[in-house]
Amino acid sequence: MTADMLIFFIFVLSIFLGFELISKVPSMLHTPLMSGTNAIHGIILLGGMLALAEADGFIQHVAGFAAVVLGSANVFGGFMVTDRMLQMFKRKK
Amino acid sequence: MIISFAFLIASVLFIVGIKLLASPKTARQGNLVAGLGMLIALFAFLPLMHGSHGGGVSLWKWILILAGIVLGLVVGAAGAYKVKMTSMPQMVALFNGAGGGAAALVAVVEFAQVTPSSSLMFVVSMLCAAMIGAVSLTGSIIAYFKLEGHFDKPVTYPAQQVLNGLLFVMSALLALAMAAGSHSMVLMVLFLVLALVLGVLMVLPIGGADMPVVISLLNSFTGLAVAADGFAIGNIAMIIAGTLVGSSGTLLTLAMCKAMNRPVTNVLFSAFGKVNGASADAAAATGSVRPVQADEAAMLLGMAARVVIVPGYGLAVAQAQHQVRQLADELAKKGVEVSYAIHPVAGRMPGHMNVLLAEADVPYDQLVEMEAINPEMDRVDVCLVIGANDVVNPAAREDKSSPIYGMPIIEAEKAGTVIVMKRSMGKGFAGIENALFLRDNCRMLFGDAKASLQELVTLVKAG
Repeated sequence: MTADMLIFFIFVLSIFLGFELISKVPSMLHTPLMSGTNAIHGIILLGGMLALAEADGFIQHVAGFAAVVLGSANVFGGFMVTDRMLQMFKRKK
Repeated sequence: MIISFAFLIASVLFIVGIKLLASPKTARQGNLVAGLGMLIALFAFLPLMHGSHGGGVSLWKWILILAGIVLGLVVGAAGAYKVKMTSMPQMVALFNGAGGGAAALVAVVEFAQVTPSSSLMFVVSMLCAAMIGAVSLTGSIIAYFKLEGHFDKPVTYPAQQVLNGLLFVMSALLALAMAAGSHSMVLMVLFLVLALVLGVLMVLPIGGADMPVVISLLNSFTGLAVAADGFAIGNIAMIIAGTLVGSSGTLLTLAMCKAMNRPVTNVLFSAFGKVNGASADAAAATGSVRPVQADEAAMLLGMAARVVIVPGYGLAVAQAQHQVRQLADELAKKGVEVSYAIHPVAGRMPGHMNVLLAEADVPYDQLVEMEAINPEMDRVDVCLVIGANDVVNPAAREDKSSPIYGMPIIEAEKAGTVIVMKRSMGKGFAGIENALFLRDNCRMLFGDAKASLQELVTLVKAG
Protein backbone atom coordinates (compact mmCIF):
# COMPACT_ATOMS: atom_id res chain seq x y z
CA MET A 1 0.00 0.00 0.00
CA THR A 2 1.40 3.41 -0.92
CA ALA A 3 1.81 6.23 1.61
CA ASP A 4 -0.90 8.26 -0.17
CA MET A 5 -3.32 5.36 0.18
CA LEU A 6 -2.49 5.01 3.87
CA ILE A 7 -3.24 8.68 4.44
CA PHE A 8 -6.54 8.24 2.62
CA PHE A 9 -7.40 5.37 5.00
CA ILE A 10 -6.75 7.65 7.97
CA PHE A 11 -8.98 10.30 6.39
CA VAL A 12 -11.93 7.94 5.91
CA LEU A 13 -11.59 6.42 9.39
CA SER A 14 -11.46 9.93 10.89
CA ILE A 15 -14.80 10.74 9.26
CA PHE A 16 -16.45 7.84 11.08
CA LEU A 17 -14.64 8.64 14.30
CA GLY A 18 -16.02 12.22 14.14
CA PHE A 19 -19.58 10.91 13.74
CA GLU A 20 -19.15 8.55 16.70
CA LEU A 21 -17.68 11.21 18.98
CA ILE A 22 -20.50 13.68 18.40
CA SER A 23 -23.55 11.45 18.32
CA LYS A 24 -23.71 11.32 22.13
CA VAL A 25 -23.44 15.03 22.96
CA PRO A 26 -26.49 16.54 24.76
CA SER A 27 -27.97 19.59 23.02
CA MET A 28 -27.09 21.79 26.02
CA LEU A 29 -23.44 21.50 24.98
CA HIS A 30 -23.92 22.12 21.27
CA THR A 31 -22.76 25.74 21.43
CA PRO A 32 -19.49 25.04 23.31
CA LEU A 33 -18.98 22.04 21.05
CA MET A 34 -19.36 24.10 17.90
CA SER A 35 -16.97 26.64 19.35
CA GLY A 36 -14.51 23.98 20.52
CA THR A 37 -14.34 22.15 17.21
CA ASN A 38 -14.07 25.56 15.56
CA ALA A 39 -10.88 26.07 17.59
CA ILE A 40 -9.52 22.67 16.54
CA HIS A 41 -9.60 23.56 12.86
CA GLY A 42 -7.36 26.46 13.87
CA ILE A 43 -4.58 23.91 13.29
CA ILE A 44 -4.53 25.61 9.87
CA LEU A 45 -2.04 27.92 11.62
CA LEU A 46 0.61 25.28 10.84
CA GLY A 47 -0.24 25.53 7.15
CA GLY A 48 -0.12 29.32 7.36
CA MET A 49 3.33 29.24 8.94
CA LEU A 50 4.63 26.94 6.20
CA ALA A 51 3.00 29.06 3.50
CA LEU A 52 4.67 32.22 4.81
CA ALA A 53 8.02 30.42 5.11
CA GLU A 54 7.75 29.29 1.49
CA ALA A 55 6.42 32.60 0.20
CA ASP A 56 8.17 34.14 -2.77
CA GLY A 57 7.55 37.74 -3.80
CA PHE A 58 5.39 40.43 -2.25
CA ILE A 59 1.90 39.06 -2.93
CA GLN A 60 2.70 35.62 -1.56
CA HIS A 61 4.22 37.22 1.52
CA VAL A 62 1.03 39.19 2.12
CA ALA A 63 -1.12 36.08 1.59
CA GLY A 64 1.08 33.98 3.87
CA PHE A 65 1.15 36.63 6.58
CA ALA A 66 -2.64 37.01 6.43
CA ALA A 67 -2.99 33.22 6.70
CA VAL A 68 -0.81 33.21 9.85
CA VAL A 69 -2.78 36.05 11.47
CA LEU A 70 -6.17 34.49 10.63
CA GLY A 71 -5.07 31.01 11.71
CA SER A 72 -3.63 32.34 14.96
CA ALA A 73 -6.81 34.30 15.73
CA ASN A 74 -8.89 31.20 14.96
CA VAL A 75 -6.90 28.84 17.17
CA PHE A 76 -6.15 31.04 20.19
CA GLY A 77 -9.43 32.96 20.18
CA GLY A 78 -11.38 29.74 19.65
CA PHE A 79 -9.92 27.91 22.64
CA MET A 80 -10.17 30.99 24.87
CA VAL A 81 -13.80 31.74 24.09
CA THR A 82 -14.77 28.08 24.55
CA ASP A 83 -13.04 28.02 27.93
CA ARG A 84 -14.79 31.24 28.91
CA MET A 85 -18.14 29.64 28.13
CA LEU A 86 -17.44 26.33 29.85
CA GLN A 87 -16.09 27.79 33.07
CA MET A 88 -19.62 29.10 33.71
CA PHE A 89 -21.21 25.63 33.66
CA LYS A 90 -21.60 24.81 37.34
CA ARG A 91 -23.53 22.27 39.33
CA LYS A 92 -25.74 23.20 42.26
CA LYS A 93 -23.56 23.93 45.27
CA MET B 1 10.36 9.72 14.43
CA ILE B 2 9.89 11.79 17.60
CA ILE B 3 8.05 14.36 15.53
CA SER B 4 5.67 11.73 14.18
CA PHE B 5 4.94 10.59 17.71
CA ALA B 6 4.25 14.16 18.78
CA PHE B 7 1.67 14.49 15.99
CA LEU B 8 0.17 11.15 17.02
CA ILE B 9 -0.15 12.37 20.61
CA ALA B 10 -1.68 15.65 19.39
CA SER B 11 -4.25 13.73 17.31
CA VAL B 12 -5.17 11.51 20.26
CA LEU B 13 -5.56 14.59 22.46
CA PHE B 14 -7.96 16.12 19.89
CA ILE B 15 -10.06 12.95 19.95
CA VAL B 16 -10.05 12.70 23.76
CA GLY B 17 -10.80 16.44 23.96
CA ILE B 18 -13.91 16.19 21.76
CA LYS B 19 -14.98 13.11 23.74
CA LEU B 20 -14.68 15.00 27.05
CA LEU B 21 -16.62 17.95 25.57
CA ALA B 22 -19.61 15.61 25.39
CA SER B 23 -20.37 15.82 29.12
CA PRO B 24 -20.97 18.99 31.15
CA LYS B 25 -18.79 17.65 33.97
CA THR B 26 -15.72 17.21 31.81
CA ALA B 27 -16.35 19.71 29.01
CA ARG B 28 -13.91 22.30 30.29
CA GLN B 29 -11.09 19.76 30.65
CA GLY B 30 -11.96 18.53 27.16
CA ASN B 31 -11.35 21.96 25.69
CA LEU B 32 -8.06 22.27 27.58
CA VAL B 33 -6.95 18.79 26.49
CA ALA B 34 -7.60 19.72 22.84
CA GLY B 35 -5.73 22.99 23.43
CA LEU B 36 -2.75 21.06 24.81
CA GLY B 37 -2.83 18.87 21.70
CA MET B 38 -2.74 22.03 19.61
CA LEU B 39 0.35 23.35 21.44
CA ILE B 40 2.14 20.02 20.94
CA ALA B 41 1.28 20.03 17.23
CA LEU B 42 2.50 23.62 16.94
CA PHE B 43 5.92 22.90 18.49
CA ALA B 44 6.32 19.58 16.69
CA PHE B 45 5.80 21.42 13.42
CA LEU B 46 8.68 23.85 13.95
CA PRO B 47 11.47 21.42 12.88
CA LEU B 48 9.47 20.63 9.71
CA MET B 49 9.41 24.24 8.54
CA HIS B 50 11.22 24.95 5.31
CA GLY B 51 11.52 27.70 2.74
CA SER B 52 10.56 27.54 -0.93
CA HIS B 53 11.67 24.31 -2.70
CA GLY B 54 13.09 22.82 0.49
CA GLY B 55 15.48 25.64 1.41
CA GLY B 56 16.02 27.00 4.92
CA VAL B 57 13.86 29.63 6.58
CA SER B 58 15.56 32.99 6.93
CA LEU B 59 15.59 34.87 10.25
CA TRP B 60 13.45 37.63 8.84
CA LYS B 61 10.80 35.07 7.85
CA TRP B 62 10.78 33.72 11.40
CA ILE B 63 10.28 37.24 12.73
CA LEU B 64 7.42 37.77 10.28
CA ILE B 65 5.82 34.46 11.34
CA LEU B 66 6.13 35.30 15.03
CA ALA B 67 4.69 38.78 14.42
CA GLY B 68 1.73 37.23 12.59
CA ILE B 69 1.09 34.77 15.41
CA VAL B 70 1.25 37.48 18.08
CA LEU B 71 -1.06 39.76 16.08
CA GLY B 72 -3.60 36.95 15.63
CA LEU B 73 -3.29 36.02 19.31
CA VAL B 74 -4.00 39.59 20.44
CA VAL B 75 -6.98 40.01 18.10
CA GLY B 76 -8.36 36.56 18.95
CA ALA B 77 -7.95 37.04 22.70
CA ALA B 78 -9.54 40.48 22.61
CA GLY B 79 -12.53 39.04 20.75
CA ALA B 80 -12.77 36.00 23.02
CA TYR B 81 -12.77 37.94 26.28
CA LYS B 82 -14.78 40.98 25.22
CA VAL B 83 -17.64 39.34 23.37
CA LYS B 84 -21.00 39.30 25.16
CA MET B 85 -22.45 35.84 25.67
CA THR B 86 -25.52 36.87 23.67
CA SER B 87 -23.25 37.54 20.67
CA MET B 88 -21.57 34.13 20.84
CA PRO B 89 -22.95 32.95 17.47
CA GLN B 90 -21.41 35.99 15.77
CA MET B 91 -18.04 35.29 17.42
CA VAL B 92 -18.04 31.67 16.29
CA ALA B 93 -18.95 32.84 12.78
CA LEU B 94 -15.99 35.24 12.71
CA PHE B 95 -13.47 32.71 14.05
CA ASN B 96 -14.79 30.20 11.56
CA GLY B 97 -14.43 32.69 8.71
CA ALA B 98 -10.84 33.36 9.83
CA GLY B 99 -10.04 29.65 9.66
CA GLY B 100 -11.66 29.33 6.24
CA GLY B 101 -9.79 32.36 4.92
CA ALA B 102 -6.49 31.00 6.25
CA ALA B 103 -7.15 27.63 4.61
CA ALA B 104 -7.85 29.28 1.24
CA LEU B 105 -4.75 31.50 1.47
CA VAL B 106 -2.52 28.55 2.37
CA ALA B 107 -3.87 26.69 -0.65
CA VAL B 108 -3.14 29.63 -2.96
CA VAL B 109 0.44 30.09 -1.73
CA GLU B 110 1.07 26.35 -1.96
CA PHE B 111 -0.39 26.33 -5.47
CA ALA B 112 2.25 28.86 -6.46
CA GLN B 113 4.88 26.31 -5.38
CA VAL B 114 3.50 23.65 -7.72
CA THR B 115 6.11 22.16 -10.07
CA PRO B 116 5.51 19.87 -13.05
CA SER B 117 6.59 16.98 -10.81
CA SER B 118 3.91 17.67 -8.18
CA SER B 119 1.46 14.80 -7.74
CA LEU B 120 -2.14 15.06 -8.87
CA MET B 121 -3.30 14.53 -5.30
CA PHE B 122 -1.31 17.59 -4.22
CA VAL B 123 -2.98 19.79 -6.86
CA VAL B 124 -6.48 18.43 -6.26
CA SER B 125 -6.15 18.87 -2.47
CA MET B 126 -5.05 22.47 -3.01
CA LEU B 127 -8.04 23.18 -5.24
CA CYS B 128 -10.49 21.67 -2.75
CA ALA B 129 -8.97 23.66 0.11
CA ALA B 130 -9.07 26.93 -1.86
CA MET B 131 -12.68 26.44 -2.93
CA ILE B 132 -14.14 25.25 0.40
CA GLY B 133 -12.08 27.70 2.45
CA ALA B 134 -13.16 30.67 0.33
CA VAL B 135 -16.85 29.70 0.48
CA SER B 136 -16.53 29.35 4.25
CA LEU B 137 -14.87 32.76 4.58
CA THR B 138 -17.45 34.86 2.74
CA GLY B 139 -20.35 32.67 3.89
CA SER B 140 -19.34 33.23 7.53
CA ILE B 141 -19.06 36.98 7.00
CA ILE B 142 -22.58 37.15 5.55
CA ALA B 143 -23.82 34.95 8.42
CA TYR B 144 -22.18 37.39 10.86
CA PHE B 145 -23.97 40.38 9.33
CA LYS B 146 -27.29 38.52 9.29
CA LEU B 147 -26.94 37.69 12.99
CA GLU B 148 -26.12 41.33 13.69
CA GLY B 149 -29.43 42.15 12.00
CA HIS B 150 -28.11 43.97 8.95
CA PHE B 151 -30.42 42.09 6.59
CA ASP B 152 -34.12 42.30 7.43
CA LYS B 153 -35.22 39.66 5.00
CA PRO B 154 -33.65 36.77 3.11
CA VAL B 155 -32.33 38.16 -0.17
CA THR B 156 -34.07 36.36 -3.00
CA TYR B 157 -34.24 36.94 -6.73
CA PRO B 158 -35.38 34.87 -9.71
CA ALA B 159 -33.23 31.97 -10.91
CA GLN B 160 -31.13 32.10 -7.74
CA GLN B 161 -30.41 28.38 -7.62
CA VAL B 162 -29.67 28.34 -11.33
CA LEU B 163 -27.09 31.12 -10.93
CA ASN B 164 -25.46 29.37 -7.96
CA GLY B 165 -25.40 26.12 -9.90
CA LEU B 166 -23.84 27.90 -12.87
CA LEU B 167 -21.15 29.44 -10.66
CA PHE B 168 -20.42 26.03 -9.22
CA VAL B 169 -20.10 24.43 -12.66
CA MET B 170 -17.78 27.25 -13.80
CA SER B 171 -15.53 26.73 -10.76
CA ALA B 172 -15.53 22.98 -11.37
CA LEU B 173 -14.44 23.54 -15.00
CA LEU B 174 -11.64 25.87 -13.87
CA ALA B 175 -10.57 23.27 -11.29
CA LEU B 176 -10.50 20.60 -14.01
CA ALA B 177 -8.30 22.78 -16.20
CA MET B 178 -5.88 23.36 -13.34
CA ALA B 179 -5.84 19.71 -12.28
CA ALA B 180 -5.13 18.75 -15.90
CA GLY B 181 -1.85 20.62 -15.71
CA SER B 182 -2.55 24.27 -16.43
CA HIS B 183 -0.89 25.73 -13.33
CA SER B 184 -1.64 29.35 -14.15
CA MET B 185 -2.00 31.79 -11.30
CA VAL B 186 -4.58 33.76 -13.32
CA LEU B 187 -6.88 30.73 -13.39
CA MET B 188 -6.32 30.23 -9.66
CA VAL B 189 -7.27 33.82 -8.81
CA LEU B 190 -10.36 33.59 -11.02
CA PHE B 191 -11.26 30.31 -9.31
CA LEU B 192 -10.85 31.91 -5.90
CA VAL B 193 -13.03 34.91 -6.82
CA LEU B 194 -15.79 32.57 -8.05
CA ALA B 195 -15.65 30.64 -4.77
CA LEU B 196 -15.81 33.87 -2.73
CA VAL B 197 -18.88 35.03 -4.68
CA LEU B 198 -20.47 31.59 -4.32
CA GLY B 199 -20.07 31.79 -0.53
CA VAL B 200 -21.94 35.12 -0.45
CA LEU B 201 -24.72 33.98 -2.77
CA MET B 202 -25.23 30.70 -0.90
CA VAL B 203 -25.93 32.38 2.44
CA LEU B 204 -27.81 35.50 1.23
CA PRO B 205 -31.17 33.75 0.63
CA ILE B 206 -31.17 31.97 4.01
CA GLY B 207 -33.18 33.58 6.81
CA GLY B 208 -31.56 34.96 9.98
CA ALA B 209 -33.23 32.31 12.12
CA ASP B 210 -31.37 29.60 10.24
CA MET B 211 -27.91 31.15 10.65
CA PRO B 212 -26.86 28.68 13.40
CA VAL B 213 -27.38 25.84 10.96
CA VAL B 214 -25.36 27.74 8.37
CA ILE B 215 -22.51 28.44 10.79
CA SER B 216 -22.42 24.82 11.88
CA LEU B 217 -22.27 23.75 8.24
CA LEU B 218 -19.56 26.28 7.41
CA ASN B 219 -17.66 25.10 10.49
CA SER B 220 -17.54 21.63 9.00
CA PHE B 221 -16.59 23.15 5.62
CA THR B 222 -13.58 24.86 7.18
CA GLY B 223 -12.64 21.55 8.82
CA LEU B 224 -12.65 19.86 5.43
CA ALA B 225 -10.66 22.70 3.85
CA VAL B 226 -8.04 22.31 6.60
CA ALA B 227 -7.96 18.54 6.01
CA ALA B 228 -7.43 19.16 2.29
CA ASP B 229 -4.54 21.52 3.12
CA GLY B 230 -3.21 18.73 5.36
CA PHE B 231 -3.23 16.37 2.39
CA ALA B 232 -1.33 18.86 0.28
CA ILE B 233 1.26 19.66 2.94
CA GLY B 234 1.45 16.02 4.03
CA ASN B 235 0.62 16.69 7.68
CA ILE B 236 -1.42 13.91 9.27
CA ALA B 237 -2.40 15.90 12.38
CA MET B 238 -4.02 18.52 10.13
CA ILE B 239 -5.85 15.82 8.20
CA ILE B 240 -7.18 14.17 11.36
CA ALA B 241 -8.12 17.43 13.13
CA GLY B 242 -9.78 18.86 10.01
CA THR B 243 -11.68 15.69 9.23
CA LEU B 244 -12.93 15.28 12.81
CA VAL B 245 -14.31 18.82 12.67
CA GLY B 246 -15.74 18.19 9.21
CA SER B 247 -17.68 15.07 10.14
CA SER B 248 -18.74 16.18 13.63
CA GLY B 249 -19.87 19.54 12.22
CA THR B 250 -21.97 17.78 9.60
CA LEU B 251 -23.62 15.63 12.25
CA LEU B 252 -24.25 18.66 14.44
CA THR B 253 -25.85 20.46 11.47
CA LEU B 254 -28.20 17.53 10.90
CA ALA B 255 -29.05 17.39 14.63
CA MET B 256 -30.02 21.09 14.56
CA CYS B 257 -32.23 20.63 11.51
CA LYS B 258 -33.88 17.65 13.21
CA ALA B 259 -34.68 19.80 16.26
CA MET B 260 -36.53 22.21 13.93
CA ASN B 261 -38.05 19.29 12.02
CA ARG B 262 -36.82 20.57 8.66
CA PRO B 263 -34.67 18.68 6.19
CA VAL B 264 -31.28 20.31 5.73
CA THR B 265 -32.01 20.88 2.02
CA ASN B 266 -35.07 22.93 3.01
CA VAL B 267 -32.95 25.17 5.27
CA LEU B 268 -30.27 25.74 2.66
CA PHE B 269 -32.28 26.04 -0.53
CA SER B 270 -35.64 27.61 0.28
CA ALA B 271 -36.06 31.01 1.86
CA PHE B 272 -38.13 30.51 5.03
CA GLY B 273 -41.40 32.25 5.82
CA LYS B 274 -42.70 32.41 2.28
CA VAL B 275 -45.02 29.44 2.89
CA ASN B 276 -48.72 30.14 3.54
CA GLY B 277 -48.45 32.49 6.50
CA ALA B 278 -52.00 33.66 5.70
CA SER B 279 -53.78 30.50 6.80
CA ALA B 280 -51.92 30.43 10.11
CA ASP B 281 -53.03 34.01 10.73
CA ALA B 282 -56.64 33.14 9.97
CA ALA B 283 -56.65 30.19 12.35
CA ALA B 284 -55.29 32.32 15.16
CA ALA B 285 -57.74 35.18 14.76
CA THR B 286 -60.40 33.70 17.07
CA GLY B 287 -60.52 34.35 20.81
CA SER B 288 -58.89 37.09 22.83
CA VAL B 289 -55.83 37.45 25.03
CA ARG B 290 -56.10 37.77 28.80
CA PRO B 291 -53.64 40.28 30.18
CA VAL B 292 -52.49 39.91 33.78
CA GLN B 293 -50.89 42.31 36.25
CA ALA B 294 -47.64 41.56 38.03
CA ASP B 295 -49.27 41.16 41.47
CA GLU B 296 -51.64 38.48 40.25
CA ALA B 297 -48.82 36.73 38.42
CA ALA B 298 -46.68 36.80 41.57
CA MET B 299 -49.56 35.27 43.53
CA LEU B 300 -50.02 32.47 40.98
CA LEU B 301 -46.31 31.72 41.12
CA GLY B 302 -46.08 31.88 44.90
CA MET B 303 -48.98 29.47 45.40
CA ALA B 304 -47.72 26.90 42.90
CA ALA B 305 -46.09 23.65 43.96
CA ARG B 306 -44.22 23.30 40.72
CA VAL B 307 -43.11 26.01 38.29
CA VAL B 308 -41.39 25.49 34.96
CA ILE B 309 -39.64 28.43 33.32
CA VAL B 310 -39.33 28.44 29.52
CA PRO B 311 -36.68 30.99 28.57
CA GLY B 312 -36.33 32.26 25.02
CA TYR B 313 -34.06 34.63 23.17
CA GLY B 314 -36.20 37.59 24.29
CA LEU B 315 -34.90 36.94 27.80
CA ALA B 316 -31.34 37.25 26.60
CA VAL B 317 -32.07 40.39 24.61
CA ALA B 318 -33.49 41.99 27.77
CA GLN B 319 -30.35 40.81 29.64
CA ALA B 320 -32.66 39.48 32.32
CA GLN B 321 -30.98 36.14 33.09
CA HIS B 322 -29.94 37.31 36.56
CA GLN B 323 -33.48 38.46 37.41
CA VAL B 324 -34.82 35.05 36.36
CA ARG B 325 -32.38 33.35 38.69
CA GLN B 326 -33.40 35.67 41.54
CA LEU B 327 -37.05 34.89 40.95
CA ALA B 328 -36.27 31.15 40.91
CA ASP B 329 -34.29 31.53 44.16
CA GLU B 330 -37.13 33.43 45.87
CA LEU B 331 -39.68 30.83 44.76
CA ALA B 332 -37.41 28.01 45.94
CA LYS B 333 -37.24 29.68 49.37
CA LYS B 334 -41.05 29.43 49.51
CA GLY B 335 -40.85 25.71 48.78
CA VAL B 336 -41.80 25.94 45.11
CA GLU B 337 -40.06 23.39 42.91
CA VAL B 338 -38.52 25.35 40.02
CA SER B 339 -36.91 24.03 36.87
CA TYR B 340 -36.08 25.43 33.44
CA ALA B 341 -37.27 23.79 30.24
CA ILE B 342 -34.80 24.33 27.44
CA HIS B 343 -35.81 23.85 23.83
CA PRO B 344 -32.96 22.48 21.69
CA VAL B 345 -32.99 25.60 19.51
CA ALA B 346 -33.75 28.16 22.24
CA GLY B 347 -31.57 31.22 21.80
CA ARG B 348 -29.72 31.73 18.55
CA MET B 349 -27.74 28.48 18.55
CA PRO B 350 -28.48 25.04 19.97
CA GLY B 351 -27.31 25.15 23.57
CA HIS B 352 -27.01 28.94 23.49
CA MET B 353 -29.63 29.35 26.24
CA ASN B 354 -27.71 26.97 28.50
CA VAL B 355 -24.64 29.17 28.15
CA LEU B 356 -26.63 32.33 28.87
CA LEU B 357 -28.21 30.82 32.00
CA ALA B 358 -24.87 29.42 33.13
CA GLU B 359 -23.54 32.96 32.90
CA ALA B 360 -26.20 33.96 35.47
CA ASP B 361 -25.06 31.12 37.78
CA VAL B 362 -28.06 28.90 37.15
CA PRO B 363 -26.87 25.38 38.05
CA TYR B 364 -27.07 23.18 34.96
CA ASP B 365 -28.87 20.36 36.76
CA GLN B 366 -31.96 22.62 36.99
CA LEU B 367 -32.06 22.76 33.20
CA VAL B 368 -34.38 20.11 31.77
CA GLU B 369 -34.43 19.14 28.11
CA MET B 370 -37.65 19.28 26.11
CA GLU B 371 -38.11 15.48 25.86
CA ALA B 372 -37.84 15.14 29.66
CA ILE B 373 -40.25 17.95 30.59
CA ASN B 374 -43.12 17.33 28.14
CA PRO B 375 -44.48 14.12 29.75
CA GLU B 376 -44.57 15.94 33.13
CA MET B 377 -46.10 19.17 31.86
CA ASP B 378 -49.67 18.31 32.95
CA ARG B 379 -48.46 18.06 36.56
CA VAL B 380 -46.93 21.54 36.41
CA ASP B 381 -48.94 24.30 38.09
CA VAL B 382 -47.47 27.35 36.40
CA CYS B 383 -45.43 27.51 33.23
CA LEU B 384 -43.65 30.86 32.91
CA VAL B 385 -42.72 31.62 29.31
CA ILE B 386 -40.21 34.45 29.03
CA GLY B 387 -39.39 35.88 25.64
CA ALA B 388 -40.05 32.59 23.88
CA ASN B 389 -42.63 32.23 21.15
CA ASP B 390 -42.22 29.69 18.34
CA VAL B 391 -40.87 26.94 20.63
CA VAL B 392 -44.16 26.90 22.61
CA ASN B 393 -46.51 27.42 19.66
CA PRO B 394 -49.10 24.62 19.66
CA ALA B 395 -49.60 25.18 15.92
CA ALA B 396 -46.50 23.03 15.50
CA ARG B 397 -48.59 20.08 16.71
CA GLU B 398 -52.08 21.02 15.59
CA ASP B 399 -52.06 23.22 12.49
CA LYS B 400 -50.91 21.33 9.42
CA SER B 401 -50.78 24.53 7.37
CA SER B 402 -48.34 26.23 9.74
CA PRO B 403 -44.78 26.63 8.49
CA ILE B 404 -43.50 25.23 11.77
CA TYR B 405 -45.85 22.24 11.70
CA GLY B 406 -44.00 19.16 12.94
CA MET B 407 -41.34 21.04 14.90
CA PRO B 408 -41.08 19.51 18.37
CA ILE B 409 -42.21 22.08 20.96
CA ILE B 410 -42.31 22.48 24.72
CA GLU B 411 -45.95 21.70 25.49
CA ALA B 412 -46.51 24.70 27.75
CA GLU B 413 -50.27 24.72 27.10
CA LYS B 414 -50.63 21.52 29.17
CA ALA B 415 -49.62 23.27 32.40
CA GLY B 416 -52.31 24.44 34.84
CA THR B 417 -51.65 28.08 34.07
CA VAL B 418 -49.35 29.58 31.49
CA ILE B 419 -47.93 33.04 32.09
CA VAL B 420 -46.34 34.53 29.00
CA MET B 421 -44.04 37.50 29.49
CA LYS B 422 -43.82 39.50 26.30
CA ARG B 423 -43.02 42.98 25.22
CA SER B 424 -46.03 43.18 22.89
CA MET B 425 -48.21 40.96 20.73
CA GLY B 426 -45.44 40.77 18.10
CA LYS B 427 -44.67 37.60 16.23
CA GLY B 428 -41.80 35.23 16.86
CA PHE B 429 -38.67 34.72 14.78
CA ALA B 430 -40.58 32.53 12.34
CA GLY B 431 -43.04 35.43 11.81
CA ILE B 432 -46.26 33.54 12.63
CA GLU B 433 -49.11 33.91 15.10
CA ASN B 434 -49.16 31.90 18.33
CA ALA B 435 -52.46 30.27 19.30
CA LEU B 436 -51.13 29.58 22.80
CA PHE B 437 -51.71 33.23 23.74
CA LEU B 438 -55.45 32.80 23.14
CA ARG B 439 -55.92 29.71 25.30
CA ASP B 440 -58.18 29.86 28.39
CA ASN B 441 -55.34 28.95 30.75
CA CYS B 442 -52.95 31.54 29.31
CA ARG B 443 -52.25 34.94 30.89
CA MET B 444 -50.16 37.62 29.20
CA LEU B 445 -47.83 39.77 31.28
CA PHE B 446 -46.84 42.60 28.96
CA GLY B 447 -43.76 44.75 29.40
CA ASP B 448 -39.99 44.65 29.41
CA ALA B 449 -38.87 41.23 30.69
CA LYS B 450 -36.21 42.67 32.97
CA ALA B 451 -38.50 45.21 34.65
CA SER B 452 -41.38 42.74 34.97
CA LEU B 453 -39.12 40.10 36.50
CA GLN B 454 -37.71 42.62 38.94
CA GLU B 455 -41.24 43.48 40.00
CA LEU B 456 -42.11 39.79 40.39
CA VAL B 457 -39.04 39.21 42.55
CA THR B 458 -40.06 42.04 44.89
CA LEU B 459 -43.67 40.90 45.03
CA VAL B 460 -42.83 37.24 45.67
CA LYS B 461 -40.38 38.29 48.37
CA ALA B 462 -43.00 40.47 50.07
CA GLY B 463 -45.90 38.02 49.62
